[in-house]
Amino acid sequence: MQRIGVFVCWCGSNIASTVDVKKVAEVLKAEPGVVISENYQYMCSENGQALIRNAIKEHSLTGIVVCSCSPRMHEATFRRTAESAGLNPYMVEIANIREQCSWIHKDMEEATEKAIILGRSAIAKLKLNAPLTSGESAVVKRALVIGGGIAGIQSALDIAEAGFEVDIVETSPTIGGNMAKLDKTFPTLDCAACILTPKMVDCAQNEKIDILTYSEVESVKGFVGNFKVQIRKKARFVDEKKCTGCGECMQKCPSKKGLNDFNMGLNTRPAIYIPFAQAIPNVAVIDPEQCLKLKNGKCGLCAMKCNVNAIDYTQKDEIIEREYGAIVVATGYKPISLENFNEYGYSQYKDVVTSLELERLMNAAGPSEGHLVRPSDHKEPKVITFIQCVGSRDTSGCGKPYCSKICCMYTAKHAMLIREKYPDTEVHVFYIDVRTPGKNYDEFFRRAVEQYGVDYVKGMVGKVYEENGKLMVQGADLINNEQVVIPSDLVVLAAAIEPSPTVRKIATMVTASIDTNNFLTEAHAKLRPVESPTAGIFLSGVCQGPKDIPETVSQASACAAKVIGLLAKDKLKCNASVAHSDETLCSGCSVCANVCPYGAITYVDKEFRLGGGKTELRRVASVNPAVCQGCGACTVTCPSGAMDLKGFTTGQIMAEVDAICKR
Amino acid sequence: MKFTYYPGCTLRTKAKQLDIYGRKSLEALGVDFEEVKEWQCCGAVYPISRDEVATKLSAVRTLNSAKVEGEGKLLTLCSACHHVLKRVNGDMKNDENIRFKANNYLALEEEYAGETDVIHYLELLRDYVGFDNIKRAVKNPINKKVGAYYGCLLLRPSKELAFDSPENPTIIEDFIKAIGGTPVIYGMRNECCGAYVSATNKEIAVKKSVKVTDDAMGHGAELLVTACPLCMYNLTENGNKKVPVYYFTELLAEALGVKE
Repeated sequence: MQRIGVFVCWCGSNIASTVDVKKVAEVLKAEPGVVISENYQYMCSENGQALIRNAIKEHSLTGIVVCSCSPRMHEATFRRTAESAGLNPYMVEIANIREQCSWIHKDMEEATEKAIILGRSAIAKLKLNAPLTSGESAVVKRALVIGGGIAGIQSALDIAEAGFEVDIVETSPTIGGNMAKLDKTFPTLDCAACILTPKMVDCAQNEKIDILTYSEVESVKGFVGNFKVQIRKKARFVDEKKCTGCGECMQKCPSKKGLNDFNMGLNTRPAIYIPFAQAIPNVAVIDPEQCLKLKNGKCGLCAMKCNVNAIDYTQKDEIIEREYGAIVVATGYKPISLENFNEYGYSQYKDVVTSLELERLMNAAGPSEGHLVRPSDHKEPKVITFIQCVGSRDTSGCGKPYCSKICCMYTAKHAMLIREKYPDTEVHVFYIDVRTPGKNYDEFFRRAVEQYGVDYVKGMVGKVYEENGKLMVQGADLINNEQVVIPSDLVVLAAAIEPSPTVRKIATMVTASIDTNNFLTEAHAKLRPVESPTAGIFLSGVCQGPKDIPETVSQASACAAKVIGLLAKDKLKCNASVAHSDETLCSGCSVCANVCPYGAITYVDKEFRLGGGKTELRRVASVNPAVCQGCGACTVTCPSGAMDLKGFTTGQIMAEVDAICKR
Repeated sequence: MKFTYYPGCTLRTKAKQLDIYGRKSLEALGVDFEEVKEWQCCGAVYPISRDEVATKLSAVRTLNSAKVEGEGKLLTLCSACHHVLKRVNGDMKNDENIRFKANNYLALEEEYAGETDVIHYLELLRDYVGFDNIKRAVKNPINKKVGAYYGCLLLRPSKELAFDSPENPTIIEDFIKAIGGTPVIYGMRNECCGAYVSATNKEIAVKKSVKVTDDAMGHGAELLVTACPLCMYNLTENGNKKVPVYYFTELLAEALGVKE
């Protein structure tokens, strides 16, 4: 007979205000097998844990039930408590009377009754628990970083700095991401390229870092410490090792009408191109949709001009397989498509541009070499109107419900830079609210208003239309309570940002959870902000939520610290709740092996005694406990009931159900 | 397919051309239609209060007539009628409270629950006849620069009317191209004409309509087309009086060679 201790937590008032905790403890004390039942204000506190430890020793408890918050929150805590008092950690059961009871009920009587039932259910399960021990698995000392923007670059550099190998997989032909497209960065106005490109070079020169550009993650298998990843290295039709980045091919290419993605499509590029001067790797790539040689076999000029014979029209996609201990998702963002915002005339008027397009228009390496001109007629704009919150904080369903966080600051930056460089230009900004929390941020915004005389208009814009060659921006001025129409030469839209479209696919591959806006979910919003709930998957940058460069870099380094913490371990304690097969029942049908996502099940031929000196050779399933993750897929598919999950046996689950149903 | 045609009061009084040329063109295009028997007022203005039922009843009668007498395809022409009928139909389909009360009032043989499709004449041209077929049927192409004037009733609220993009619509421009004209895109084409405010504050209506007509002319429009009798009134009475305004059906009849 077990000697069970029950510990009911108040969680301050979180549980105690809806559940009569004293009554729960009292009623559960009468359950057969329970020798002690206590309640305490904060069971997870040092005093609460001491109470549990003392009770275990004093009453020689064989198992404990903690009625408290979700096991996601403190199961590990209470297992450690039990272990320190000499109890097997798997002799601990949690009855979740907070998330599944007190938080969702209002009526005290009903909630108390439910808490008692949940407690009984946990006791019923505990009676069938058996002590479990964890196995160990080795950790592959290499990290994968998906995405080569500033987030991925910073995470990779920090991981490499600690001495671990890192691969960066980037879909575009160069690393650098969105930050490489920016002109200046707030709040210090240093040039983005000047601070980013040295980091890109560091990545390229670091012998611990392998950069795989123009590549995509194809599949991910395995689990924390042992991921097996397939990477598709797309054919760039240029030998990366031979190409010197001289650019001769770009000069000679006759097919020059491709839209230049790096310049946000504001100008064109040849079919063979290097995205920008500081690209890493500084190697050309051929756009197969545009290349005449690849499309119809006629041309081949670039191959003729290349001094190092780097061009290879026969190159094929290549699949690379590698193993990693940890995966960092750093897939970044893109501005939203503006098709739902026709009132701003983005699709109708060339001189209505997005803020990211403006970055290129102002950048010395941009299409106008840093001379700010209108895309339509290349004339200098004299009146520029900015519209903020285009698709951000939108409740109509056309845009995004969240604040994109970076727009207030970059709009103030743009306004200030324009007034500085072109003092004759009139600059207006329409805004809902100006949100500039952050070190030196509000001071920065105020400088735009007070020192640079930028005209901030509180209100939204209803329409942008063209009249006599001017873009008429019609909006509300809420402070003066009037409708205003501002004839402008250039209109700049601060489009909301959203996670990169590839993130859904990546999240599915690594089984990381994702929220309604496609941002990756953190393991805990406050306490584990850089980890995914899936072990071994880490989050870096905007893929987790909107953030600016300083915040992204901080998060990328935090993420790297978590990865280093994992890779520094030689062995990981495996989950003790693993599947095992009852060989007397197993028929060797292979159904379980087919559903196992981790490849943990193999088959062995084993000799069984039949009695009378006879033996039989049978094929039976065998689970590798170091590989099994305890998902339970095999236990429910096994037709003969031979598979069971330790700690969650069919018998234990049925006992829980019975306890709930029994009145 | 047979359409049940609902003209509405204005089309028999001030907006006769909209109706007459509309019907002539349908005949020329071989569209089978029949007028709703003993039709009543559409309700004129869609009541905004959520629990208003009585003022929606006449619209429900018309919608039900199309379901019972015809094939459940109600063809509208006046923008205001279309707006009211389409939105009331949406209520009958989606709002349990309105559906329950309206059916209680009307005591129809069979309950009406929004089964009728409300189709504006322009939608019929686009979705049933097809602009390409109209192009083929044109005998006298309208070789002019034509500005489409949408107004508000056909486009908004866009989720309920589901007619075209409320900010950058194309249906009337596509229609203009089909009858051989050159569409003129101008900013004020979906702005307010002044609507009923003309009755109480003419100054505002004049300001609004002048802005529309000036903007259209500024972009080179030689004439304007509309589907709405109220827009027609405002643009002609309160506009700049320099640009002629036609109902789109009149231009269609002319292009098809069935005018007069």
